Amino acid sequence: MPKYLILKHYRGAPATVNDVSMDQWAPEEVDAHMKFMDDFGKRLEDNGEYVDAQALSPEGAWVRADEQRQPATDGPFAETKDLIAGWYVVDVDGWDRAVELAGELSLAPGKDGKPIHEWLEVRPFYGAPSATDA
Amino acid sequence: MTPADAPAVPGAFDGAFDTATLRPLVPAVIGVLVRRGADFATAEDAVQEALVEAWRTFGAPASSDRGELPRDLKGWLVTVAWRRFLDVVRSETARQRREVAVELEPERGPAETADDTLRVFFLCAHPALTPASAVALTLRAVAGLTTRQVAEAYLVPEATMAQRISRAKRTVSGEAFDRPGDLATVRRVLYLVFNEGYSGDVDLAAEAIRLTRQLAALAGPDGQDPETDGLLALMLLHHARRPARLRDDGTLVPLADQDRSRWDIGLIEEGVTVLQAALAQQRRGEYQLQAAIAALHADAPSAAETDWVQVVQWYDELLALTGSPVVRLNRAVAVGEADGARAGLAALAEVDPDLPRHRAASAYLHEKDGDLVTAARLYAEAAGLATNLAERTHLTREAARLNRAAR
Repeated sequence: MPKYLILKHYRGAPATVNDVSMDQWAPEEVDAHMKFMDDFGKRLEDNGEYVDAQALSPEGAWVRADEQRQPATDGPFAETKDLIAGWYVVDVDGWDRAVELAGELSLAPGKDGKPIHEWLEVRPFYGAPSATDA
Repeated sequence: MTPADAPAVPGAFDGAFDTATLRPLVPAVIGVLVRRGADFATAEDAVQEALVEAWRTFGAPASSDRGELPRDLKGWLVTVAWRRFLDVVRSETARQRREVAVELEPERGPAETADDTLRVFFLCAHPALTPASAVALTLRAVAGLTTRQVAEAYLVPEATMAQRISRAKRTVSGEAFDRPGDLATVRRVLYLVFNEGYSGDVDLAAEAIRLTRQLAALAGPDGQDPETDGLLALMLLHHARRPARLRDDGTLVPLADQDRSRWDIGLIEEGVTVLQAALAQQRRGEYQLQAAIAALHADAPSAAETDWVQVVQWYDELLALTGSPVVRLNRAVAVGEADGARAGLAALAEVDPDLPRHRAASAYLHEKDGDLVTAARLYAEAAGLATNLAERTHLTREAARLNRAAR
């Protein structure tokens, strides 16, 4: 079965329909959203499709070695920067199922209990070559 | 026979058996092997294998051909582990084609002491180890967990944890076993284990409490090592709150909002008793002082009825002792409760604003001062700086609550 990465973004994805920052929601709406995310993860496990899920802090920096071979940082990230919030890794039958799951995730409830219609990025993993390759 | 009416002494019953019965014996058994001339790393492996052997022999369902549990489980483990150790030495010796360097048959008689067990604690918390390595080695060689259990608890692949543990063993393998170590390093490692909480099938907080109890008993009879007792009290008092700390969905409930009827009274009483005996020694340390603060919270029927003036006094003493910026931050919040929000904000102005919880503390004090707009903004900023998801959700929710109230 192929694996797919379903990526959530803090910034950088196309604007969502219900685009209001979370601190402007009602507290119960925050709870409902978190419960939806929790349930989604549990459903993936129940389906036997779950591999991994992680959430990233918005903090961090770019790092490279400078001319003195020492690490140099550039950050915190500029406001314009694409910023990944977290991911699910799923092991599913194929692309269509991965898209279906991302579609479900996109309907997470937001302000006024309405779905966010968030854009999620779905990316196939390169797997190991199969025993019958080459 | 049910486990409930089984005698408390491990090894003397024929009831439910699991490795938890054996694990408290692990550091002592390693100590015996090292005392007999085994090197620490090989001895540790041999004891793990003896644990597996014990599980195979005694852990089978009662109806099948389960072996009868020996009366002296520790003696059984020592015998099996020593045999394993000899197997390793012999095969290595055969490979190297030279004479056996160690005495293969152990002397009979009392071959171990409480000091040896304590030295296993010291070795696993050796200052040459990084904190992550010391924690991993302690959980395996002192707590007797398997590499897989340690890996699951820290959410890393088993191969990664195996590597971390074997590197740690190599690091301490040249260290003298006979030299007494520093109890403070052991306490730090156990506190790290406690803080990790629980994930997977191992309850690290409960495990840390068990090991701290063992350490306190080894370090001397009641009250001889007040800081280890202070650490034990601190753990017990925090552990008592655990049933009220998290909602069913995993979100955090702050101390002030916790349902105090769900706190574990038995743990609180034990923690307070242990702490009082420790404080009576008049040799105060930071764990005793932190435990004293936790005890004042445990004693209060509600956040409002907490003796905040005394909390601030303990923080003053803790700050004088440690100079820790985190203590200074927590003290500022306590000052806000004791002397009002303005006093708290004034105290907070003395604290490094880059500290992780600074914005959350500032938000809290601003709300208390009636400035909901500023508080909501600071909570939203604090959420962005949170170091775990439960905390981030909680802070976001606080911002949402205040934004609604301010509308």
